[in-house]
Amino acid sequence: MKPAAAESVTRRLIAPLGESSLAFFSYLGGSSLLLWQILIGFGALPWGRWVVNLALPWRWKVLRNDRKWQLVLDQMEKVGVASFPLVFLTSLFTGMVLALQTAYQLQKISAQLYIGALVALSMTRELGPVLTALVIAGRVGAAITAELGTMRVTEQIDALHTLSTDPLRYLAVPRIVALGVMLPMLTFYADLIGILGGYLVGVYKLGIGSSLYMNMTWNSLRFKDFFTGLFKAVVFAAIISTIACYEGFETEGGAEGVGRSTTLSVVISFILIIAADCFFTALFYFVFP
Amino acid sequence: MIEIINLSKTFNSHQVLDGANLDIRDGETMVIIGRSGGGKTVLLKHIIGLMQPDAGQVIVEGEEIFRLTPEELGRLRLKFGMLFQGAALFDSLTVGENVAFALREHTPMGEEEIQERVRECLELVGLKGVERQKPAELSGGMRKRVGLARALAMRPRVILYDEPTTGVDPMMADVINRLIKQLHDRLKVTGVVVTHDMVSAYKVGDRIAMLHEGKIIQVGTPEEIRGTSNPVVRRFILGISDNGEAKVS
Ligand SMILES: Nc1ncnc2c1ncn2[C@@H]1O[C@H](COP(=O)(O)OP(=O)(O)OP(=O)(O)O)[C@@H](O)[C@H]1O
Ligand SMILES: [Mg+2]
Repeated sequence: MKPAAAESVTRRLIAPLGESSLAFFSYLGGSSLLLWQILIGFGALPWGRWVVNLALPWRWKVLRNDRKWQLVLDQMEKVGVASFPLVFLTSLFTGMVLALQTAYQLQKISAQLYIGALVALSMTRELGPVLTALVIAGRVGAAITAELGTMRVTEQIDALHTLSTDPLRYLAVPRIVALGVMLPMLTFYADLIGILGGYLVGVYKLGIGSSLYMNMTWNSLRFKDFFTGLFKAVVFAAIISTIACYEGFETEGGAEGVGRSTTLSVVISFILIIAADCFFTALFYFVFP
Repeated sequence: MIEIINLSKTFNSHQVLDGANLDIRDGETMVIIGRSGGGKTVLLKHIIGLMQPDAGQVIVEGEEIFRLTPEELGRLRLKFGMLFQGAALFDSLTVGENVAFALREHTPMGEEEIQERVRECLELVGLKGVERQKPAELSGGMRKRVGLARALAMRPRVILYDEPTTGVDPMMADVINRLIKQLHDRLKVTGVVVTHDMVSAYKVGDRIAMLHEGKIIQVGTPEEIRGTSNPVVRRFILGISDNGEAKVS
């Protein structure tokens, strides 16, 4: 090969590889750093005081004047309460479809009885956490990135700096706390609602006895099924909020840039959620056989 | 009090600042003029540490601000107020909450005292009864003035104004010019005013500095600038384009 040709091969084939792996590692570094800083901010919140105040109803009015608490509470409402209808529909239909599809198979070997167990286990171990996380990444992760990205390009983040306020503490930490609390809660609801969907189909469509169906459901469920699902939800919450905040803060280039980082935020969250799910499922398979 | 030394900044191979030097004295109002896109906003953002330079320093009250830790920088910024060119109001908060933001974050002031201060700051910029409105409900000029009110709320020692009179009507521009002058005369506030409104520049400036091609090419009192012999500055203040007549293509 002539030197000139070799050089052009290097430039066209090898250099982009180097550049994209560089970009990959700087992304990894940047988002991990953000997560680390957020965890520090997380630890710096007055958790002890909040727990005490929450436990004592006559101290709730103290919380009403606590700005940090109000920020977190606002986000919990936006992230969690407002997402409930969507999670409700998704998991109800998923539970119903799951029951119908397994019935289609199990009828062949006259084992419809096991529909309850199948729905319950699939919902709590897998579909509840993953579907809820995907729905929330699309609904909430995108909204967080769009909001923070818009604040970035309209200089509101700069304005926070000039007002001696750390955007991380003021914007990122409340969102991460809210997602960390609300995603497991939504997942728990999703589990129950999915089971309810399966029950509706099993009992009213397939004619399995109500108490039989419930027995099959509860007898198959172990604490670890719920626990591993909720554990996954906490990990997914960390993924969604970290990526959403990172993409938001790193936005550049006006409205177009906001659109770009919002898309990226959702895409990257989706990929990481699926990958993390695979990893943790395998891990739990060996840790809690 | 604010020393800008050899400041250089490049954005994707586009050199915006190229060794800019400027001394801003305690209590004076320094006006920075220059062409649109000439790097005035970039210069202002360096003074308050929002951007990191490629080379050079900014020294505020003897402290090199690019060496400060985030905490120290946060403490230093409490003495600063900044009006952004695009106002940069928080659009999820009301006007009142915007102006009160730093008071709530950094002072132990009670709610009534805060409301009092908010009303006072809004009145200074000629606004009344807009506390409950959202920034999106205001006109561009009103937003700018709310931004100024927010910059004033903490009673800062130094105020950075990025084009305070752009986008407001001439009468309101006069109100703002007077306000800048008052803050300077009565409260001895140090001001840095970026503008291309020469009326305003002559009115509020103790000294005027011209930023051209990344450097400060002349600093002087308004009289000195008016009588300048530097051709670039002359053309700028008289508003004559480079080639004398407009090219139409
Ligand atoms: N964050 C940034 N990324 C890339 N380029 C930038 C950035 N900020 C400013 N620039 C570039 O720096 C140059 C100077 O911009 P600056 O906003 O300081 O101009 P200006 O003097 O304030 O102009 P105007 O009077 O129109 O506000 C412009 O060419 C702009 O494209
Ligand atoms: Mg500007």
